Amino acid sequence: MHLTPVGLEHFLIVSAALFCLGAFGVIMRRNLIVMYMSLELMLNAANLALVAFSRFNNNLNGQVMVFFIITVAAAEVAVGLALIVALYRKRQTAHVEDLASMKL
Amino acid sequence: MAIQDIFFYLFAALTLLCAFLVVANPFTRNPVTSAMFLVLSIISMAGLFVLLHAFFLAAVQVLVYAGAVMVLFLFVIMLLDLKEETARTFKTFGVVTGILSVGALAAIAFRAIATSGVGTGLQPQAEGSTRLLGRLLFKDYLLPFEIVSVLLLVAMVGAILLSKKDIK
Repeated sequence: MHLTPVGLEHFLIVSAALFCLGAFGVIMRRNLIVMYMSLELMLNAANLALVAFSRFNNNLNGQVMVFFIITVAAAEVAVGLALIVALYRKRQTAHVEDLASMKL
Repeated sequence: MAIQDIFFYLFAALTLLCAFLVVANPFTRNPVTSAMFLVLSIISMAGLFVLLHAFFLAAVQVLVYAGAVMVLFLFVIMLLDLKEETARTFKTFGVVTGILSVGALAAIAFRAIATSGVGTGLQPQAEGSTRLLGRLLFKDYLLPFEIVSVLLLVAMVGAILLSKKDIK
């Protein structure tokens, strides 16, 4: 295997692969909590790409962006998990298949 | 090959392997296992941040994600009774559509990265030291910083309100 020195592309490829894994989890898994974890993976993939761009373009604004993304993601997780708990209290399930009452 | 490159491949492989085990663990469907692998994936991603000289963000990543967010996830998993999750199997339709759509997405992304030549001629330079980042955060990004603190307050109030026993 030929391994070139690590550059921006390597980090971007890892980031894209991570994003795809997260999207795959959101599509395939039917459990709300695991879907939520996959969403976190996708957010982290975006973070990795931003930090890599920031490092290779000598511009720290990308890292500030990642800082804000981490903060917003933490807030989003708190509210989302509270929603899941409230939903579970009402419907006794955390599966998207059992939450189809709005389906035609 | 420089030692940084070896570490890059190590951390990248660890991140992707653990991420795969989060979404599609072949041995168990247990959400707790997924959460634990998510912790591992996030910690190895913090390693990648260190390789990119983003030391402050690596520390924040471990503190916020591997600490706070994962504790929240595990608490909710404990709160809900998810035993029956282990008994469920994947729907073939879901797996096939997932692989197809994500495969298309991956093909587009990898092709774009490979053909654009995005990293040619760029040298890694930026240093993400806490001092520089803090100066930027409190000078150029002061207003977004304050707005984000209000957002955290809103999220906290919202989470408390939603978890109350009797929602009106």
